[in-house]
Amino acid sequence: MTTTQERRLGASELAAVRADFPLLTRTLRDGRPLVYLDSAATSQKPEVVLDAEQDFYAQRNAAVHRGAHQLAEEATEAFEDARGRVASFVGVSPGELVWTSNATAALNLVAYAMQNASLGRGGADARRFALGAGDEIVVTELEHHANLVPWQELAARTGATLRWIGVDDDGRLRTDELATVVTDRTRVLAFTHASNVTGAVTDVEAFVARAREVGALTVLDACQSVPHLPVDLAALGVDFAAFSGHKMLAPTGVGALYGRRELLEAMPPVTTGGSMVEVVTMETTTYAPPPQRFEAGTQMVSQAVAMGAAASYLQELGMPAVAAHEAEIARALLDAVASVPGVRVVGPTDTRDRLAAVSFVVDGVHAHDVGQVLDDAGVAVRVGHHCAQPLHRRFGVASTTRASGAVYTTLEEIEVFREALAGVRAFFGVTDAPAPVAGVREGLR
Amino acid sequence: MSSMEQLYQQVILDHARAPHGRGLVAAGPHTGESHQVNPTCGDEVTLRVDVDHGRVAALSWEGEGCSISQASVSVLHDLVTGTPLDEVDALAAEFRELMGSRGAGLDDDAAERLGDATAFTGVAKYPARIKCALLGWAALQDALIRTGATAPAGTKEDA
Repeated sequence: MTTTQERRLGASELAAVRADFPLLTRTLRDGRPLVYLDSAATSQKPEVVLDAEQDFYAQRNAAVHRGAHQLAEEATEAFEDARGRVASFVGVSPGELVWTSNATAALNLVAYAMQNASLGRGGADARRFALGAGDEIVVTELEHHANLVPWQELAARTGATLRWIGVDDDGRLRTDELATVVTDRTRVLAFTHASNVTGAVTDVEAFVARAREVGALTVLDACQSVPHLPVDLAALGVDFAAFSGHKMLAPTGVGALYGRRELLEAMPPVTTGGSMVEVVTMETTTYAPPPQRFEAGTQMVSQAVAMGAAASYLQELGMPAVAAHEAEIARALLDAVASVPGVRVVGPTDTRDRLAAVSFVVDGVHAHDVGQVLDDAGVAVRVGHHCAQPLHRRFGVASTTRASGAVYTTLEEIEVFREALAGVRAFFGVTDAPAPVAGVREGLR
Repeated sequence: MSSMEQLYQQVILDHARAPHGRGLVAAGPHTGESHQVNPTCGDEVTLRVDVDHGRVAALSWEGEGCSISQASVSVLHDLVTGTPLDEVDALAAEFRELMGSRGAGLDDDAAERLGDATAFTGVAKYPARIKCALLGWAALQDALIRTGATAPAGTKEDA
């Protein structure tokens, strides 16, 4: 990011990228062109990804990892080839990458495996994952609910205590609190690589270093980073990481869990059943090595294959170039928001260690209403709490509007967004003397 | 009129800017209170209703949300304060029907009964906003049940 001095996508390359995404050419109500600024919620899909899924069903569809016929071999090969592509995309080995239905499922998988270890499952090897009273799980105040609620639940079930790292006024994690909040009692440190609300990128090195000092496991939510930045999970040194396909140009229904091989080998299974076993008798079962141990039942094969195609697509563009392009979009988004009176950013206003996801509050106008006016101009943004209620509470707001870019976002689109945003307060008759219409807490409960 | 002007009619903007009935007042002997949240956007409303002799004697509320949700509670306040409970039920049913009309609106009689609430006709064209307009009505329905003055069976049709 900050160190990225690589070339950006040139104008013709960006045009070529956009031509790869069929949906970007459609129009909306009244024939307005679509300005899609909701990629942090879900990305659009390039034709190669759509083709990969279609091609799997048209040419290779069969049950994977079973059956000795040619189609089954080809299907298995496509499935495992995709695992290899996605693993290499994030700098890890294929044997360290577990397919999950989404990132939420990946994070829950780790939490439930620890629950099972806490119940004594997995034998002596799994004891390192067992939690009980006196142990602590540390999360952060800016987590997406997906990396908060599973840990609340795990704490409740095991008797462990949940603690958290705070957020500063810029929407960045209080790295300084690591020294006091993460202690010898900390067994898990779960944190996001980049906030889906503030766009702030975490100093992973500092988190990993502190976790290692106290012997805690690290769990990284990499949903927002993997689609937008060069990410090397092995180099980051985290123990586990979760990310989803649909935010990185792949279909819904597929995500991935990275776990250091040694940890996955020691971890007890969560979902049990077919395909994840070695020997089954009526009394007991032995389990397959990872990653299959964590992939019970029929997998989302076509989506995984398409996720492999998405990883290759991004790899070919080059993630440094993608990140450089998106840094320009982040700058333009911040400038656009800053140019409109009465609009306040929730998150860093500089582009250092920051994604092109900019959340903001329009004084006197509720986010839902802001989103509606933008929608009328063809601009698609996210409104609400973005599955991060504690973070919004931290900033004293119930909801924000978020504009987020991706590899296919253009400066021209940001200009359309800026013009529409500039008209919002006038539409609702809000003047600079703040007369709260809605969205301002007034002694509610 | 553009679809935005249909959605945000002046009546709605006026109610949103200066809402009626806002600010919870002390509870009487036959009070019911309900807190409703729209989990997708975090909008919320707390609505308190007093029932006396089969009528809504008083209604007050506190809330936070978009102009549609806040204006809707404000309009609801004007519409049902002093109204007999059976008429309130009928109004609630008609308002739901309006929200299901995809913007087509209701007949003239129903429109007259709903008064300012017909300004929400344009909302029904935006499925994501229908919940905003219904938030206060859901709170009213629940609060009335909590007063004990109305049977749940009579109020939960298409709840």
